Amino acid sequence: MTTHTLSVLVENKPGVLARVSGLFSRRAFNIKSLAVGETEYPEISRITVVVDVDELPLEQVTKQLNKLVHVLKIVELEPDKSVQRDLLLIKVRADARQRADVLQIVDLFRAHVVDVATDSLVIEAVGSREKLEALLAALKPHDIREIVQSGTVAIGRGPRSITERAFERVSA
Amino acid sequence: MRGGCESRLTINEETGEKMAQVKAPKPSALATPHPARTAPAAVTAPAGQEMTGAQAVVKSLEMAGATDVFGLPGGTILPTYDPLMDSTQLRHILVRHEQGAGHAAEGYAHATGRPGVCIATSGPGATNLVTPIADANMDSIPLVAITGQVGASMIGTDAFQEADIVGITQPITKHNVLVTDPNEIPKAIAEAFYIATHGRPGPVLVDIAKSAQQETMNFVWPERIDLPGFNSGARPHAKTVQEAARLLATARRPVLYVGGGVIRSGASAGLRKLTDLSGAAVVTTLMARGALPDSHPQHLGMPGMHGTVAAVAALQKADLVVALGARFDDRVTGKLESFAPHATIVHADIDPAEIGKNRAVDVPIVGDLKDVFEALVPALAAEHQQHGRPDLEAWWAQLDDWRSTYGLGYTPTDDGLSSPQHVIQRLGEISGPETIFTAGVGQHQMWASQFIKYERPNSWINSGGLGTMGFSVPAAMGAKVGDPDRTVWAIDGDGCFQMTNQELVTCAINEIPIKVAIVNNSSLGMVRQWQTLFYDKRYSNTDLHTGHGTKRIPDFVKLAEAMGCAGLRCESDADVDATIKRAMEINDQPVVVDFTVSRDAMVWPMVAAGTSNDEIQYARGIAPEWDRGEEE
Repeated sequence: MTTHTLSVLVENKPGVLARVSGLFSRRAFNIKSLAVGETEYPEISRITVVVDVDELPLEQVTKQLNKLVHVLKIVELEPDKSVQRDLLLIKVRADARQRADVLQIVDLFRAHVVDVATDSLVIEAVGSREKLEALLAALKPHDIREIVQSGTVAIGRGPRSITERAFERVSA
Repeated sequence: MRGGCESRLTINEETGEKMAQVKAPKPSALATPHPARTAPAAVTAPAGQEMTGAQAVVKSLEMAGATDVFGLPGGTILPTYDPLMDSTQLRHILVRHEQGAGHAAEGYAHATGRPGVCIATSGPGATNLVTPIADANMDSIPLVAITGQVGASMIGTDAFQEADIVGITQPITKHNVLVTDPNEIPKAIAEAFYIATHGRPGPVLVDIAKSAQQETMNFVWPERIDLPGFNSGARPHAKTVQEAARLLATARRPVLYVGGGVIRSGASAGLRKLTDLSGAAVVTTLMARGALPDSHPQHLGMPGMHGTVAAVAALQKADLVVALGARFDDRVTGKLESFAPHATIVHADIDPAEIGKNRAVDVPIVGDLKDVFEALVPALAAEHQQHGRPDLEAWWAQLDDWRSTYGLGYTPTDDGLSSPQHVIQRLGEISGPETIFTAGVGQHQMWASQFIKYERPNSWINSGGLGTMGFSVPAAMGAKVGDPDRTVWAIDGDGCFQMTNQELVTCAINEIPIKVAIVNNSSLGMVRQWQTLFYDKRYSNTDLHTGHGTKRIPDFVKLAEAMGCAGLRCESDADVDATIKRAMEINDQPVVVDFTVSRDAMVWPMVAAGTSNDEIQYARGIAPEWDRGEEE
């Protein structure tokens, strides 16, 4: 099984996300991450799905997705031809003595501290999954209290826009 | 890349593009042929007419061309039933159970090719439609289901008779939608009819909040359907059609594997041309019986679990299988890995998702079967002109040998009771090919598929994919409403009949004179057959006590009479013909004939579930010659 990142452009209508995710779950595919949001066109939403699946079942699920009335377009984003990012917020226990150590790690990973309390920090980090995993590993000796991760969002490299032509269709 | 969905991988930037096919021009009252819009719809649309949402539902159904609808009212659909009473175009048939409405709409669609319509209230009314909707989804039947929903402000509160029917039917509809704004009603219903009938047909559910039915709205019928993400089908790709023609012209053992798509597409004439021109063997699946006349000399019958030996063997030995609107269902392929092991596969289907789903395909053709035949027949003729016709003599000698050695047949019963196969065969012969036959699911269905000779499309209506017991009586009702001039026989089992026979009341009251042949073996016959074969004759819960020598509960003759039908009983082979003729003479009310038959009759040939088609048994313990080592 290999990891695939799909960008699914859909009409911004109620229930679309459930339809899309339902197609994966019905085939017992495990969605590793899912992120959804509006695009530059409010009529179109973009769902980024990261899924572990073999080539053949992926082709089948893609074809089934294509049959959904509100799905406009599906594009697989290859890792080397796209930028893929996750957002991670980490709450770490850090009093005055530990703070310097934690801040050093934050700097090393070009992360940010977005909240400070007397004995805790909230760190915000953006990056590839691998980078964020490395950050978590580095923070492991410290007392991690809480983690929240966004789904992966991904965009193709180069000048082409995948939303443009989908929008032409919606607004035709 | 146009027609890109024919390629094996559809998910790159290019082929993920659905635009290429989305606006494939297809003449329709609802769709303009060109996607470019000149002005916003509101400007070009005619001025709206003020009415209630309920009136809009009725008017929308009329505008969509519906003439017959099957349904049963209840709290949340009540507003719509009021203007429905005044409609002169819509004939509403009040069923006794919503499942009957759904299957009737399916039978109607199947017999006429027009979308079937069923109406139910929210909650239990809507959930009673789930089985027919799932059935229509599996068998690609155009169906529009209208359900009432609780008022918009009460949705999600567990209100009385509330069910999230849109959520429930999401995996079993082609599309569904909840309408809470009355102004959206015409668009939602217009789109439902469009989606149900374009591309691969299927069921669409429109769930309409009671509040939306009650509120006032501005009726504007959409001049064109604007569904940017909806793919109504590609045109067959010239290159792959050419490749298919070349294969058909050069194959030595070609088989056309014909599925229900040919019937849905109305492409029987094209199939006939391809059959005659190619000289190939033809098999028609359970959903395709009648797509090519059974009397055609190249027709080998039905393939699959209970197919003819010739049809099954032909596929196993073929060097070329051309699948036409078929989906390599497990009941046809047996163990998939050993299905048609020597064959190059050409697969033509309107739904790109079917291609390569079960069996890897060498030549994919995406398109409406009508268009496929239109392109493939001249392409094959050109191939013949160039390379001559293929020599299929040896192939046909082999096929004819299988056909004559292992023809369809049955052994007489030991218990002196009628053979169910005899009853069904005589029904077919006496009633003739102009009849419409429907069936439930089980032994009687298989025998009806095997022993009745189908000569035209849409003369055989059954539940193939879902295998819905109880399908036949309501489906027959729908077929008779859609095609009232034809004799409609529902061939049913005693098990199936007890699931949905209440619709005979509907038939009697609405003067829909269907005929029902209960092939009464006093048991859940197919399950019993499997218990005989695979469970050491331990007949767990398959005895129904309806047949010869039992308490006969219920007594089907009395039951029929109680429901306003004529009831007849036939208990011996000697009376079969006379009873059928008698039933054929009764046309002023529905007729039910209780044919009590032997319970030990079994459906043969048979490929046991999960085994290879090579393991086919002609009769119990009798394997045909061909699977014993003579390989190419």
